[in-house]
Amino acid sequence: MRKVLMKGNEAIGAAAIEAGCKYFFGYPITPQSELPEYMARELPKIGGVFLQAESEIAAINMVYGAAGSGVRVMTSSSSPGMALKQEGISYMAGAELPCVIVNIMRGGPGLGGIQPSQTDYFQATRGGGNGDYRLVVLAPADVQELVDLIIEGFDIADQYRNPVMILGDGMIGQMMEPVEFKEPKKRDLPEKDWATTGTEGKRKPNIINSLYLAPEELEKHNIKLQAKYREIKEKEVKVQSYNIEDGDVVIAAYGTTSRIVKTAISQLEREGYKVGLIRPITLWPYPYEEFQKINDECKGILTVEMNNGQMIDDVKIAVEGKYPVYFYGRTGGMVPTPDEIVKKVKEIHGGEI
Amino acid sequence: MTVVFEKTKGLTDVQTHYCPGCTHGIVHRLVGEALEELGVLDKAIGVAPVGCAVLAYNYFNCDMHEAAHGRAPAVATGIKRVRPENFVFTYQGDGDLASIGTAEIVHVAHRGEKISTIFINNAIYGMTGGQMAPTTLIGQKATTAPLGRDEAHSGKPIKMSELLATIDGAKFVERVTVTTPGHVRKAKKAIKECFKLQIEGKGFGIVEVLSTCPTNWGLTPEESLRWLEENMIPYYPLGSFKRPKEDD
Amino acid sequence: MAKARGRVIFEEDLCKGCGLCVSVCPTKIISLDNSTINAKGYHPAIVIEMDKCIGCANCAMMCPDVVITVERY
Repeated sequence: MRKVLMKGNEAIGAAAIEAGCKYFFGYPITPQSELPEYMARELPKIGGVFLQAESEIAAINMVYGAAGSGVRVMTSSSSPGMALKQEGISYMAGAELPCVIVNIMRGGPGLGGIQPSQTDYFQATRGGGNGDYRLVVLAPADVQELVDLIIEGFDIADQYRNPVMILGDGMIGQMMEPVEFKEPKKRDLPEKDWATTGTEGKRKPNIINSLYLAPEELEKHNIKLQAKYREIKEKEVKVQSYNIEDGDVVIAAYGTTSRIVKTAISQLEREGYKVGLIRPITLWPYPYEEFQKINDECKGILTVEMNNGQMIDDVKIAVEGKYPVYFYGRTGGMVPTPDEIVKKVKEIHGGEI
Repeated sequence: MTVVFEKTKGLTDVQTHYCPGCTHGIVHRLVGEALEELGVLDKAIGVAPVGCAVLAYNYFNCDMHEAAHGRAPAVATGIKRVRPENFVFTYQGDGDLASIGTAEIVHVAHRGEKISTIFINNAIYGMTGGQMAPTTLIGQKATTAPLGRDEAHSGKPIKMSELLATIDGAKFVERVTVTTPGHVRKAKKAIKECFKLQIEGKGFGIVEVLSTCPTNWGLTPEESLRWLEENMIPYYPLGSFKRPKEDD
Repeated sequence: MAKARGRVIFEEDLCKGCGLCVSVCPTKIISLDNSTINAKGYHPAIVIEMDKCIGCANCAMMCPDVVITVERY
């Protein structure tokens, strides 16, 4: 298939439509507004619906209703807006409804700024809403991967009846790259026989719900959710690694930051350093096991993030104290440069090549 | 022999959790009867609120979707936009609709969503145990207004029907009550007319039902009906605030 | 013209004894049975002089628990 040049935010919309998503409920916020704008143009052409809600809270609850009715549906926002969506996300996790939620992250806390950041890692992977729930969190590093993960994300959501979050940042949303739209791997997707479609007099009423007043029933529901999360952990981990069997230092980075890290690694290799990379593509489930493959002589793991250190917690869990874990990050919309990362790696390395 | 009254198929056989004499049960029945009589039960999707009617999804004999507190109109919007051929209604109390969900109800009306809302106004938070609602009357005692609602502190009770009637997209707005058999019959007529509006695709409709809360008002069921008539109706006048115009 | 005759059937075990039916019966034939406690723990509404029922369904209109069926002859 021929490649087309697309801006990240618009590619998300095109990929969603490619995946059969005809419904989008959103609210404007920088730096993701090109996505709802794209959907406002494109969805009516295919008989779908774009609706600008009165707030992010309303938008996610519209998604809740639409997902309960059995269709593929999407919403998007950026960090402060995503904070508002947490209520609906928790309800959807509780009621086990599939949907795809896109967070094009900007700096925080509060209103923060509008430049790229990765400060919502905790919010996305630890659950920004109430209750013991998990989202599948996918972190693309380029526009092609963004497209692939959106398309596959709808399948993952339907397969497990669970919300899927695409965690990008202002950089990937705004950059233009060539993309092609590929079929994802075939999955055996269950019938949505639980959806509210009207009984048509043919079946008992379907109820979409996250309320279980009896404690034994709520515990049972949670045990069921946890079993599902275990299955996702077993089957859906995605990670890209480079030279971790040989690297004297291994860097952990995800999303657009990982691309800056790759540039830094090339520079270090030209100078004779051996540096590895672990790039989690799923932030939940996290690729903990990949860190077991790091060579024993590795001097340390460097986590690079556009925040003050959030994924570093998962890196520390993954290495189980076997290696020292270091951090380098820029925040507030500042982007780390390859030179800064090179300097940090050399410090950890300590000189001898 | 003819059966002149029996339980509607619009309700399930589940016994409600409502307190004795709570008029939620009457309104549930009217909604169920309206759905059945208008022939839309099979394609109805109801949205339940948070509040006393939180378990309404067990009582209406149609597909149901439980919403977060105040968000029923947004959830209903999502459903109706996806399934315009279905009949979509919300059932909400005064805390849900007139406090935490004011944005959602105003904007569902503003967009003219083709859904129907049943709004139960009993001037109190029932489920959480008698706290002050935005609709609590001046001087009425509540657990969070122990000396009675004070206008200087909490403002005057909000009149949602009057407010919503000012919005163009709201095509049917009526306030009714269920304190006598006659009022119950009128309430049912209003609910059916409101539902017909959706079936005809004419826009948003809401019926506000002045209701009782014997438990939290500290009155018997019968006393509650009289208290409602003497105190609520003078402040919340019954009647139609809006009907569709010829060209709607 | 013959006087309207009716019959009301109460599902006594579903009654919550709220008494709203009692207050609206025009022939005053409904009462709460203080000598009985039903499955839900309430004194249920009962009718003793059924021959006075006119089948007006006022009781059913007011019953929040839909426990009443009304027949007319």
